[in-house]
Amino acid sequence: MFNRRDYKIERMIMSDHKFKQSKIMIPVLFAALAVLMLLSLLIGRYPVSAGEAFHIVFVSPFVEQAATEDTRWIVVQILRLPRILLATMAGLGRAMAGGAMQGVFRNPLVGPEILGVSSGAAFGGVLAIFLGFGELPQIAASAFAFGCLALVLAFILAGAARQHGVIGLVLAGLIIGGFFGSATGLLTYMADPETKLPNIVYWLMGSFAAATYDQVAFMAAVSLVAMPPLLGLSWRINILSLGDADAKALGVKINFLRWLIVVLVSLVVAAQVAVSGGVGWVGLIMPHLARMLVGPDHVKLLPVSSLLGGIYLLLMDDLARSLTGGEIPIGLLTSMIGTPVFAFFFIKLHGKGWSND
Amino acid sequence: MTENLSPPAPSGFALETRDVSFAYAKAGKVLDGCTVSIKAGGVFAVLGPNGCGKTTLLKIFLGLLKPSAGWMKINGEITFVPQLFQVTFSYSVLDMVLMGRAKKIGLFSRPAAPDIEAAQSALACLGVADLAARPFQELSGGQRQLVMLARALTAEAEILILDEPASALDLKNQFLLLTWIKRLSRERGLTIVFSTHLPQHALTAADEALLMSSGGRHSAGPIREVMSEEKLFELYGVPLKFINFDYQGRPVESLVPVFAGT
Repeated sequence: MFNRRDYKIERMIMSDHKFKQSKIMIPVLFAALAVLMLLSLLIGRYPVSAGEAFHIVFVSPFVEQAATEDTRWIVVQILRLPRILLATMAGLGRAMAGGAMQGVFRNPLVGPEILGVSSGAAFGGVLAIFLGFGELPQIAASAFAFGCLALVLAFILAGAARQHGVIGLVLAGLIIGGFFGSATGLLTYMADPETKLPNIVYWLMGSFAAATYDQVAFMAAVSLVAMPPLLGLSWRINILSLGDADAKALGVKINFLRWLIVVLVSLVVAAQVAVSGGVGWVGLIMPHLARMLVGPDHVKLLPVSSLLGGIYLLLMDDLARSLTGGEIPIGLLTSMIGTPVFAFFFIKLHGKGWSND
Repeated sequence: MTENLSPPAPSGFALETRDVSFAYAKAGKVLDGCTVSIKAGGVFAVLGPNGCGKTTLLKIFLGLLKPSAGWMKINGEITFVPQLFQVTFSYSVLDMVLMGRAKKIGLFSRPAAPDIEAAQSALACLGVADLAARPFQELSGGQRQLVMLARALTAEAEILILDEPASALDLKNQFLLLTWIKRLSRERGLTIVFSTHLPQHALTAADEALLMSSGGRHSAGPIREVMSEEKLFELYGVPLKFINFDYQGRPVESLVPVFAGT
């Protein structure tokens, strides 16, 4: 059935002005994210006015005797701001990682989880809780270390099988991820149901509730190391997405390039799981949405996907801490809200950006 | 177009092989002692039935496969035009053509103004500048093949390798593509190597040819020497006849398979 409004939406988004549109898309999304971050400072049970929040965030760090004992200062500066920064960075990183992976693997069902890194990181976090390291920095360190270990194991496995192509990577990631997934299950099964099990389950479902500036600094450091090079490689991802034979004939060192991208993506994913536990769907959906908006060119796709991810995850976290009196695990929200939203755009935009050949 | 004339390589040969052999692990030997000398600035056709090793030889030229024996020398940059192309993502035509510049663009860089200029002028050179903003997947087979040819031109290589460029095209686009192959060689001094299973394509576009039979035997040389009716019959098992006639006052030579008399 032909629906005039559908047609208009589609024209608006997928017209020949796509190229020009992507130029304004990035600043618009950037501005939207900035506004959302400021608004998020005001969300929560303790009322803080916009003026007060602005003063606390932008003025008080430069005033010698800031009112650091004030409840409002604590709420904004200690509770809300690090959480907002962390959720934003996790979203930015995860969605950029997903965009890069879908290009490298030429597969719409791929998210940054494909390499087994998030399973490895999840196992690391659960192991730390299981062994009784209750402190967040220890859990995060263990999660990040095991995320990286999963990548190293996948690399060794792919190398041992002499399969550095796309299929080799997927299979290696599947095997390593499957192993860490079952190991996580085993620890969860064995964990003391009175003391440790709730912590494990809650951590696995993901949350930014316990965000600290240490975590913010850690996530920022990893993001600064991994994300600019990933953006720099975005045009090469276009070439890699043509297929190995053609990319090779164009003079691209395919295995080196693929592993370089995979390592950068894995750093981001491991760091994100380490600081916030599992947040599924962001890395899978946002690249699709970005592709429908600005087309498949990864030079535009990666920044747009990343910004959408930042906005989305921050919005979900705002909902997670304000919808009910308690906390809703963010990992549940991202999927429960993400799936219908994605279904809506899928229907409206007919999954644009992928070839229908 | 003529202002871009590049001089032929000094040795006179763009590509030379001596006794090159290659065997796949499972399929066994496909090339056995293949020797060819491809003149710089000429059009060279690789002819033979399916499975005789045409694509294998082209892959060896491109360095994608290492010969198990023999020796090879390449004079100049070499670039590849793949067979009719499928894409996972519907990139724009301009984006597709820009990818031909990969070797000229740094690992962490992206195309700059000169690259975009080169891509646009390559499209214009082939008369398809108006396709630049179209999604590649919406193009017809003939248009796709021209875009892939434009992509190869942006690499500014001296040698172009085309793998069965006309095999999936309709008659008009076959003609168009062969015309462009000839023109790019004459007007830009490019060395063009293409494989085909249609001998009349070789006759139309090529100066020299290599005939490869499935048995691993082959002969190379100037097109009219190597393509005799006897040799072609031996190669294809189908009688082929040269016919000469005038078309609009010009003498034309063509090659037709003889299907009569069964």
